[in-house]
Amino acid sequence: MPFDPAALQAIWLTLKLATLTTVLLLLIATPLAWWLARTGSRWRAPISALVTLPLVLPPSVLGFYLLLAMGPHGPLGQLTQALGWGLLSFSFTGLLIGSVIFSLPFAVQPLQHAFEAQGQRAMEVAATLRARPLDAFFTVALPQARTGLVTAAILSFAHTVGEFGVVLMIGGNIPGQTRVVSTQIYGHVEAMEYAQAHWLAGAMVLFSFVVLLSLALLKRQRGPGLP
Amino acid sequence: MKRMLAACFCALGLVLPTQAAEVSVAVAANFTAPMQKIAAAFEQDSGHQARLAFGSTGRFYAQIQQGAPFQLLLAADDETPARLEREGLGVAGSRFTYAIGRLVLWSPQPGLVDDQGLVLRQGRFDKLALADPKLAPYGAAAIESLTRLGLLQDLQAKFVQGENIAQAYQFVASGNAQLGLLALSQVHADGRLRAGSAWVLPAWLHRPIRQDALLLTQGKDNPAAAALLRYLQGDKARAIIRAHGYEF
Repeated sequence: MPFDPAALQAIWLTLKLATLTTVLLLLIATPLAWWLARTGSRWRAPISALVTLPLVLPPSVLGFYLLLAMGPHGPLGQLTQALGWGLLSFSFTGLLIGSVIFSLPFAVQPLQHAFEAQGQRAMEVAATLRARPLDAFFTVALPQARTGLVTAAILSFAHTVGEFGVVLMIGGNIPGQTRVVSTQIYGHVEAMEYAQAHWLAGAMVLFSFVVLLSLALLKRQRGPGLP
Repeated sequence: MKRMLAACFCALGLVLPTQAAEVSVAVAANFTAPMQKIAAAFEQDSGHQARLAFGSTGRFYAQIQQGAPFQLLLAADDETPARLEREGLGVAGSRFTYAIGRLVLWSPQPGLVDDQGLVLRQGRFDKLALADPKLAPYGAAAIESLTRLGLLQDLQAKFVQGENIAQAYQFVASGNAQLGLLALSQVHADGRLRAGSAWVLPAWLHRPIRQDALLLTQGKDNPAAAALLRYLQGDKARAIIRAHGYEF
């Protein structure tokens, strides 16, 4: 059998992590991207840079700071301890927070581009038709940005599945909690269990290819407007 | 032009052997601190250069098998060097034990760890960090010790595993895990504990962690590699190794 129970557990955990990360990211990134696309605030540039930061930082840097932040002396760790939740490091929740931060630019950027491409006109027309702003956003702006939305979802999901450095730094390799496919592969390679590594790694390559292929097909179908 | 080039190469050939050479060394993560000191002393005493790479022995094994340009291996165990020698990737007869490691239960918090390790039984901690037993000899020794102590079953749920012993240390030092089963050398310098509280596990709890060095085939003709191997067995290096909590 190509996948032993440990591998199946890692696959299941990875899918769970990627799904939850994607849902959270769409909820966070949509208003953020809308704001970035529309605002004339002087905070736009620094916030935009901050959102893009995880794209260029090595995951080890991000993981290292997350580990410190989630620790008992870090701001996040002090907050969670004060709330009686204990520490988030080495937990699924901690991994989820790390993934959301790590994949944030992959969700924000396609959405922001989609909103920017719309221009102001549609929303103005909706306003003259007496649609309240929130109403107009959900009935006009968001449907128009659906390709951006789909792209953001696909990229967030795929990027979380491919996440490695951050998980290695804050995960602690706990089966069923923080041992995802990428760290499992790493463990197999280091332990010279190349057959198991091949199965998982091959599945990962196939998965990533299918994701990117569907993205390319979507792009051709919908025309421009996608990154 | 051709003749000039040839002359140049001849001159190089004449000059190189007498000049300082460079050796690249794969060093087990637990031996990081002492090796940095040893390499500095070695460079000063011999004029040779030592380039050090630190990591897990398992990864080094895979890399050396794939032709990584290491000339010397300071492993965290005795199995990996023996296997490399059998596979023809090491120079036969060059293998020797450069240090015997000790396992320590450590916390950065003073007073948390008592001198008999009772804290492990009382269970007043969330996480116990150790190195992945599949990859790191110190991780395997930790599992062996906990098994002998009859604690493996109870504590398994509290394990967090680092990819190597350096990462396990990082988990504890950053406070994310309260306790760690680490290499004594990581928390021990100049003959004493650097900070926190610790219990050095009795040697009978696990098989001795023999750390062997091996001259790799790629370093066969490198004078710096041979010199470093000799240097590791000298008094100066041994004093450094001992000060970091290793035995012989």
